[in-house]
Amino acid sequence: MSPDAPVLDIKDFSVVYRTPGGDVRAVNQVNLALHAGEVVGLAGESGSGKSTLAYAVCRLLRAPALITGGSVTYQGRRAAGPTDVLQLRGHELQQLRWREIAIVFQSAMNALNPVLNVRDQITDAIHAHLRMSRREALDKAASLLDLVGIPRSRLRSYPHELSGGMRQRVMIAMALAAEPEIVIMDEPTTALDVVVQRDILAQIVELKAELGFAILFITHDLSLLLELADRIAVMYAGQLMEVAEAAEITREPAHPYTRGLLNSFPSLHGARRELAGIPGTPPDLRHPPPGCPFLPRCGYGTDACRTVDMSLERVESSAGLAHLTACPFVRPETPAPEPPAASAEQEMRA
Amino acid sequence: MNGNGAGEQARSSDVVSVAAARGPLAMEAVSLAKDFRLGRGQVLHAVRDVSFALYRGAVVALVGESGSGKSTVARLLAGQERLTSGEIRLDGAPVDPSTRSAFRRHKSEVQLVFQDPFSSLNPVHTVRHHLERPVRLHQGRRSRAEVAREVAALLDQVRLIPANQFTGKYPYELSGGQRQRVSFARALAAKPSVLLADEPVSMLDVSIRLEMLSLLDDLRQRFRLALLYITHDIASARYFADEVLVMYAGQIVERGPAEELTQHPAHPYTQLLVASAPDPDNLGGGLHSFHPPGAALPGAAPRPAADSAAPSAAATYQPAAANLTDRGCPFSPRCPFADDRCRAEDPALLPVAPARAAACWHLDIAAPEVLAGEQRGGG
Repeated sequence: MSPDAPVLDIKDFSVVYRTPGGDVRAVNQVNLALHAGEVVGLAGESGSGKSTLAYAVCRLLRAPALITGGSVTYQGRRAAGPTDVLQLRGHELQQLRWREIAIVFQSAMNALNPVLNVRDQITDAIHAHLRMSRREALDKAASLLDLVGIPRSRLRSYPHELSGGMRQRVMIAMALAAEPEIVIMDEPTTALDVVVQRDILAQIVELKAELGFAILFITHDLSLLLELADRIAVMYAGQLMEVAEAAEITREPAHPYTRGLLNSFPSLHGARRELAGIPGTPPDLRHPPPGCPFLPRCGYGTDACRTVDMSLERVESSAGLAHLTACPFVRPETPAPEPPAASAEQEMRA
Repeated sequence: MNGNGAGEQARSSDVVSVAAARGPLAMEAVSLAKDFRLGRGQVLHAVRDVSFALYRGAVVALVGESGSGKSTVARLLAGQERLTSGEIRLDGAPVDPSTRSAFRRHKSEVQLVFQDPFSSLNPVHTVRHHLERPVRLHQGRRSRAEVAREVAALLDQVRLIPANQFTGKYPYELSGGQRQRVSFARALAAKPSVLLADEPVSMLDVSIRLEMLSLLDDLRQRFRLALLYITHDIASARYFADEVLVMYAGQIVERGPAEELTQHPAHPYTQLLVASAPDPDNLGGGLHSFHPPGAALPGAAPRPAADSAAPSAAATYQPAAANLTDRGCPFSPRCPFADDRCRAEDPALLPVAPARAAACWHLDIAAPEVLAGEQRGGG
């Protein structure tokens, strides 16, 4: 195993949802690698396919979702060799999930069982995936709570007795039970307010430094990722639009969609900026438009965009070797287009 | 509630709201208080001594974390909860929406938009049904053609165009943004003067939040609405609001013009909120070395909120506990500047600068530049 081989390598990965009205192409030809100890942020709007991608990689989706192509290779530090995740069956999958790849699900209120207390919740998960005596499992549950800063007295609490932040911490503790190589976090802080969100993110960073797992962090809020992630992948309509280091995404975004996202959130620090947002709605993935899916909402669009090849290419002018964009026309140095007259009303008043 | 008697409350109202410059006074909240009994003799002070005013054409933002009482304030103003004490005035006259007819009159002036467009619309009714009812009830329109015309006009105002494509749709056929537009249209159907928007965009995608806020802003201008914008996102309040009220544990701890307050927060809690907002200009480093601004001062405590190593962490992210105590500043358990006085006496909301007020005993340490008036130059 070479030292820089990714722990998770997703290649040309596609997922569709079979519906009577036709296939919904939720994930389309995605290439993404996750290296040991790395935090990769996956950003996109609702319906962009980011959660579908993550769940499909763990083989958590069932019909009508269907993996139609590509490969997913897992190579953990404890594993003997590379594993083809898409070929795993029953028991082998059980070995992979939680022990190697764990997930922190969105909305902890729904993901925790309301009729089990925290202790039973955690020991259940431990017994399902690890061979441990009851005594050991109880000790483990207690030490997991220590890890995320929840007092041990809370082992007897039920989910409804915990605050939103604590529930999310319990979820994180459970995910870390088997010391996984990769933790997938699906909008772990979306329902929380900013102060709690900040604490949890800081805690995730601390735990990562301590335990050395890699994180795939899924969110619709790009502003979070700019601080948290090493690399950011921007997803739109089932495809990756841009992949780059966080600093590059902030300083020299290439893809028009990334630029739009960066221009969508009001910033608290620094001077007031003119905000534009991204007018329009994502395309219907049952009948995706030819060429670039972002074209109808793009200020840079030309006729050439209808036939464009959307595979990721390196941005030549960028300092980082790993700066990839799906748009062959717009580069970081491309000036912003003249805003159409109609978008003037989208601007917030000064 | 030590030290928060009638005298001090009069002093806090000496602060002239910047929102007043936009238009005439529409609604006033005077010393609102709401207690909830929890059983076992415990009382939760969800809202205590909250006073502010809403003006036509102006946006006042009410910012705070979950459990701070901001939604309860909205429900009190909307007449959905009974006041424990205090008074609500509409166009200068006290209102008591506790009787049925008074409640209906109140509703046609004061409308509430909820956070979650997925649960605030009835899944078994069409968009038309959601809008026809308030048009009939509040505008007293009877004829079918008139009602249909009004429904189409409402959808047009919230830019659900063409309207006839949306009238027959059920909520599940709409995106989150479209549903929230229907909620706005439903609120406008009553032709209100006051719109209370309770986290109107926090369930929506970041990329469409801005569009919704600018729509709300457009409606504010067009109908000269007095808008109360409730949010936990202080950054959006900076861009959207004239005046910001920061609420903690049921009390307003700081108020002031949006730009000045967010750029030069005075109260330690506001400082914590501002420091917690994601900062794209502060790449990487921020999360690893996060401290509230006060911690830079020599001798100040480390960051007050949950630290994974701190055994007392659990208490710090349970703001509800602060609503139960009667003594001391509610923020004192989390505050880096707290001393014995803070734990014993509740500071009153007092003017600190033109149009600004804060409730803190230690503003001289927490925000010396605000007291010195230096933020006037920078903000």
